[in-house]
Amino acid sequence: MATFDGEKAAALHRELHTHLPSDPAMRVKTLESLAIERGLVAPESIDAWIEAYSEHIGPKRGAKVVAHAWTDPNFRKRLLDNAADAIKDFDFQGSATGHLKAVENTDNQHNLVVCTLCSCYPFSILGMSPAWYKSAEYRARAVREPRKVLEEFGVILPEYVGVRVWDSTAELRYIVIPQRPAGTDGWDADRLATVVTRNSMIGTERDLTREPA
Amino acid sequence: MFAPNEPLTPPGGVFDEPWQAQALALADTMVQEGYFSAIEWANALGIALREAEAQGVSDTLVTYYSAVLVALERLCEAHAGISSDDRARRRADWEAAYRLTPHGQPVEIRTSRIASSPKG
Repeated sequence: MATFDGEKAAALHRELHTHLPSDPAMRVKTLESLAIERGLVAPESIDAWIEAYSEHIGPKRGAKVVAHAWTDPNFRKRLLDNAADAIKDFDFQGSATGHLKAVENTDNQHNLVVCTLCSCYPFSILGMSPAWYKSAEYRARAVREPRKVLEEFGVILPEYVGVRVWDSTAELRYIVIPQRPAGTDGWDADRLATVVTRNSMIGTERDLTREPA
Repeated sequence: MFAPNEPLTPPGGVFDEPWQAQALALADTMVQEGYFSAIEWANALGIALREAEAQGVSDTLVTYYSAVLVALERLCEAHAGISSDDRARRRADWEAAYRLTPHGQPVEIRTSRIASSPKG
C-alpha cells in the first residue's frame, strides 16, 4: 500500500510539473529574464511599475485634476493651455503624459477620445485604460459613428450638441473635462472629485450627477 | 456591448493575468530606457493589432495583450538585441526548469550558465 501511494505521489508530482505557465506567460518570462540578465532593465523598475499601476495610479488622479479645474479658474486656464505642465502641480506627470491636451465639454460640444492606431492613453492620470478602449470595435467606430457609439454608452446627445473626436497618439494624449454637475455649488475640490467618473474623462459619459462615482 | 459603467476606482484587478502587467511594464520601461520610442511602440502595437484583426481573431483583451507581446518581441529583436534564437533557448531553459524543479521550490534558472552557454 505504501509503495502504491508512493508511486502515485511521484506520478502526481511529475504531472504537476508538466503544467507549465501559459504560452504568453512563458514568452513574457523569457523576454523579461533576458532583458534583466543583460542589464537592459532593472527588476526593481518592472516591479515598481506593476505595483504603481495595479495599486496606486488610477482615474482618481484625473478626477482630482478636473475638480480643481472646476474650482480654480486660473488652474482651468493653465490646464487648457498646457495640460502636461498643469498636472505637474499634483506630481501626476509621467511617461505617457509628456504631451497632454485637456479638452472641455460645453453645452454645445462634447469631446470623445480614442486611439485608432492602438491604445494610447494618459496612463499617469487615468491609470490603465478600460478593456473597451483597447477593442478593435471602439477604435474603429468611435471615429466613424461617434454618436452611435455614445448611444451605446447611454449618452444621447441632442442635435445641437456637436461631437469632436480626438485621436490619441504616442505623442499627444487627451483628457476630457466634463461639465460640473448641477447642485454642487459650494462643494470643495475634494468633494467634487468624488463625482468625476473615469468614462467622463474619456468622453463616453457626459452628464455627471451629485452621486459619487 | 461596451461596458459603460466600470467603476472609477480600479486599483487592483486592472490586469486579468500577471503576464499582461509584466508585458506592459517591460514595454514602458524599455521606452523609458530609450531602447525604442513611444512612437515606435505605438506603431508596432498598431501593426500587431491590425494583423490580429486581419486574421479574424476575436476582439478580446487576450487578443489585445497577445498583440502587445508580439510587438514587444519584435522591438526587443530590432532594438535591444534579443533575437528569436535567444528567446527559443531561454524558453527551453525555463521549461526545463519548470519540469525539473521539485514541487514547492521556486522555479529558477542559473543565468550564469545560460549567459556562458555557446550561441548558435
